[in-house]
Amino acid sequence: MKNLPCLKVGLAILVFLLLNATGFAQPNGEEVALQPGNTAWMITATALVLFMTLPGLALFYGGLVQSKNVLSVLMHCFAIACLASIIWVCVGYSLALTEGSGKSWIGGKEQFFLQGLTEEGLESNGFPSSVWVIFQMTFAIITPGLIVGAFVERIKFTAVMLFTALWLIVVYCPVCYWVWGGGWLMKAGVIDFAGGIVVHATAGASALTLAWMLGRRHGYPKNLKPPHNPGMVMIGASMLWVGWFGFNAGSAGAADGNAGMAMLVTHLSAATASLVWMFIEWKKTGKPGLVGIVTGTIAGLATITPASGAVGPMGAIIIGASAGIVCYFACGFIKEKLGIDDSLDVAAVHGVGGILGTLMVSYLGQLGVLGGQGISRHGEESDGAYFTWTEQLIVQAQGCLAAIALSVVATFVIVKIVGAITGGIRVSEDDETKGLDQASHGENGYSIQ
Amino acid sequence: MKLIKAIIKPFKLEEVKEALSEIGVEGMTVSEVKGFGRQKGHTEIYRGSEYTVDFLPKVKLEIAVGDDMATKVIDAIVGSSKTGKIGDGKIFIIPIDEAVRIRTGEKGEEAI
Repeated sequence: MKNLPCLKVGLAILVFLLLNATGFAQPNGEEVALQPGNTAWMITATALVLFMTLPGLALFYGGLVQSKNVLSVLMHCFAIACLASIIWVCVGYSLALTEGSGKSWIGGKEQFFLQGLTEEGLESNGFPSSVWVIFQMTFAIITPGLIVGAFVERIKFTAVMLFTALWLIVVYCPVCYWVWGGGWLMKAGVIDFAGGIVVHATAGASALTLAWMLGRRHGYPKNLKPPHNPGMVMIGASMLWVGWFGFNAGSAGAADGNAGMAMLVTHLSAATASLVWMFIEWKKTGKPGLVGIVTGTIAGLATITPASGAVGPMGAIIIGASAGIVCYFACGFIKEKLGIDDSLDVAAVHGVGGILGTLMVSYLGQLGVLGGQGISRHGEESDGAYFTWTEQLIVQAQGCLAAIALSVVATFVIVKIVGAITGGIRVSEDDETKGLDQASHGENGYSIQ
Repeated sequence: MKLIKAIIKPFKLEEVKEALSEIGVEGMTVSEVKGFGRQKGHTEIYRGSEYTVDFLPKVKLEIAVGDDMATKVIDAIVGSSKTGKIGDGKIFIIPIDEAVRIRTGEKGEEAI
């Protein structure tokens, strides 16, 4: 987000301002005028990103489970969206995106409960601070939403709520601060345009840890039921695709050329990964499937996310193709080789994709590489020179490893705590057989009248 | 009176209904059912994982007719639903003890 790649002096100044936009107060007392164009785009992008979760992700996941659990998945996504919103304005925003006393690992507490937010407050790109708060809120909503895919069909609803609340504060806010809020990774010059590390690596690593601790679904892997509604999966994936334009192009923080290019490369990666996934499946199973092609779409979108502000169109096609191949085989590796029931492949698609894109941008984002925009002239120690791609790769790898380490350790601890409070985070075997729709929510996804 | 239960392939329902209408059958009950016979189930593959589907979707027809109509009805169903491939289904013929039309209270063949 704060890694606006640019060559021109004017844009470089913009980057400087963005890097220092740490609160509602104007940095260095400089006057910033309201930019209606940027404001209009950021408001639109915010709506698009919320649309990714509600209903995009909810439908994508809902169609993949059995019909007796569809309502519980929709409920998880919806309730997480509501809960994450409140946590974000109470403590999340301040911890994730304001510098406070300038710590390198966590933001300040000065803006808890959005203290100091006014209608007049502007971010450095000339859009209102309120828009920045809610734009970033939609990211804090979808990230725990992604983890839902790991625990469907067998978790207690109270555990979902408690886990989400703690996870946002302990994992999401720190990593968001490290990468976007002015923390140590941002200072080291890490490139994560829209959340390969902050969103996808954290969600993927946490999902894998949680799925491992929760245990496999009854009947896994031999006697599982197939997705109950592939059409719903496709509708959800399509909404995610459209919403992702807000996610990635919105992360430019302005209605500018960077946003336009981000939108183009996002689309190309998604299209390429979809086709590649479809062809692999066609070759391996004999038939091209709908669930396969749309899973490829999501892999392509997750993988381009960290790179979408830096790579060119041809770089995006390479990223998309890599996403299709690597994420496809990651699904089999996690489910069969590791034997972990990460039910809807959160780690294989989002985690692996996000990390892959975060590493690939080191090379494909370099100036002149297949239309790469030139990525690396920032960081506090920068003397104005560009990082070489290997130097950048080391920073990127550090970022991924740190985010994964925190995600795994913190998820482990949080699940232990939540388990102690709820008497085990898993529902009884009877309730699992009955289906969570009836057992947890007393409703049915479908009823014959 | 006979109750004729026919389990057929779902996509053959329209043809069977046409054939039955042609020979003068005036009512039937249709249900979507699942089951397996010699055809067994099949496997589906999503994201590289195989899922075994044991029960295949079928359509069940229930038709109550007088004794003289039973053979014609069975022939019509066989004629219209047969594909010659495994999984075409089965027909069961069951004697009916009594039939009642709820609206009028008529009984026996009058009622069907």
